[in-house]
Amino acid sequence: MAKKVVLFNAEYKKSIRKKTLTAWLFLLPYAALFILFIVIPVGLAISLSFTKYDMISLPNFNGFNNYIYLLTSDEEFMKYILPNTLKYALIVGPVGYLLSFFLAWLLAQVPAKARNILAIIIYTPSLTSGVAMAVVWRIIFSGDKKGYINAVLFRMGIIIEPIQFLQSPQYLLPIMIIVALWGSMGIGFLAMLSGILNIDQSLYEAAYIDGMKNKFQEIFYITIPAMKPQMMFGAIMAIVSTMGTAGIGVALSGSNPTPQFAGSLIVNHISDYGQLRYDMGIAAALSVILLLIIYAMSKVVGRFLKERD
Amino acid sequence: MAKFHATKINPSRFSIRQWPFFAILIPICLFMALPIVYIINHAFKPFDELMEFPPRFFVKNPTLENFTDLFYLTDESGIPVSKYLFNSILITIIVIFCSVIISSMAGYALSKLKFKGKKQLLEVNNLALMFVGVAVAIPHYLVIEFLGLIDTFWVHIIPALAMPVGLFLLKQFIDQIPNELIEAAKMDGASEFKIYWTVILPLVKPAIATVCIMAFQAVWNNADTSSTFIDRESLKTFAYYLNSFITGTNTVASQGIVAVATLIMLVPNLVIFIILQSKVMNTMAHSGIK
Repeated sequence: MAKKVVLFNAEYKKSIRKKTLTAWLFLLPYAALFILFIVIPVGLAISLSFTKYDMISLPNFNGFNNYIYLLTSDEEFMKYILPNTLKYALIVGPVGYLLSFFLAWLLAQVPAKARNILAIIIYTPSLTSGVAMAVVWRIIFSGDKKGYINAVLFRMGIIIEPIQFLQSPQYLLPIMIIVALWGSMGIGFLAMLSGILNIDQSLYEAAYIDGMKNKFQEIFYITIPAMKPQMMFGAIMAIVSTMGTAGIGVALSGSNPTPQFAGSLIVNHISDYGQLRYDMGIAAALSVILLLIIYAMSKVVGRFLKERD
Repeated sequence: MAKFHATKINPSRFSIRQWPFFAILIPICLFMALPIVYIINHAFKPFDELMEFPPRFFVKNPTLENFTDLFYLTDESGIPVSKYLFNSILITIIVIFCSVIISSMAGYALSKLKFKGKKQLLEVNNLALMFVGVAVAIPHYLVIEFLGLIDTFWVHIIPALAMPVGLFLLKQFIDQIPNELIEAAKMDGASEFKIYWTVILPLVKPAIATVCIMAFQAVWNNADTSSTFIDRESLKTFAYYLNSFITGTNTVASQGIVAVATLIMLVPNLVIFIILQSKVMNTMAHSGIK
């Protein structure tokens, strides 16, 4: 009897081992690519950020010096790059996110025919990367009289001289934010739209019978709690697309660094150090700082969404 | 009893009571559509309308001049535009096909197979949803250089295949396939691979369509790979060609051609999305992160 149990156990273990092997075979191609092109680059960025490296001689360990340099001696970084990045991220991220929820919610209130057409219109700008569409905005905000905005302002008699929108520090960042918001209704927006549409109708009916009075209560007590997982997915997509399109300042103004660093974000600063100054250590430290900002933002969203449970 | 007035989400017909929603949606949609409408109009403007002052938004006498100009310009650069286009189409097809296979296999394992470390792997992939490629452009370059992919055709393909979001969406979609179906197939003696191929894949078509769109967008619009990793002009892509053209010109006269180039980039994205729209929405219903 006892022998039988042991045998069974050994066979069981064998079958577990076989299962694990099959699973790993299924995972292997993805895992290999994932490690090569995501894990290793991130790992390299972290390790290079503690070195001095010019791509010619071997990397030289120098501790936290790159970070210290960025925080204390790189005037551009503390004065322009970091504030610009935070300003850009803290406006485009949350506003784009709320806007895509709000638009998705509005779309859910209209019939499917109208919804599909309007949803496609809203989604279209995100189809091409922000950088590719920058060319359109460059013509619209063009600094001569041929620029559309200038022409309109001109005709209305508001200005006499055309405004150099994309070359003047006070306009560049706001324009970047508008362009980024315009292109931010991407996959997160679709996820939230579909989340709202899939909420069980009876939840609403029950809530109204229980005394719910208006649309605002409806949003806060039913809609958001019922689609929290989609809200989280949407948030992460919003953060990622915000950071992914952060290069538009350079595309809009046509120069890196942008005029007086007004539209330069960390992404641009990385290529400034990496491709122009060949200081890979500092470029890597900037990468790490950027990844940390993204991670911190998603943690904040996660906490915020969890609190309402 | 008070009149029942629960909001009808997803109403089946138009009603006058929906006007507040349209009143907000339509102006926003106009703003969203404006640059697109503008590009379309600009692409068909003849030379004198492009030079007009004050600039006019809509085209008066549409012409195909800018389209022919764009393709004429290509002839002068030595490599015909069809070569760039061929590269782009080939690369896009290979990437779509391979990334669907790779991510759906991994998605099946992470969803339905039992093994040690599964939970941790899922967490790692969820963390990687936040991965922003541009942030680590330089280490990425080092890895590609180390692998000897520089100036090869494969550099367009291999690095584009690992898509955490694609895997995530597929895995979520596979999660809702009932285990009984898989058990039944096992009873019939099917191997894991056969189950994956004959049971899982046909059932996750919507998620596959979504991954196709995402892969398409990532590859079709990608000009960076050509400009960073490729020296040989004959290996570069259509996106690169158009992009270099777009950024290389700034005169008003060439704006019409730039508009045509942008339009050519945009339209395939749009067409594919419209065709697969309902499948994408179906997938997104399962996109939640818990």
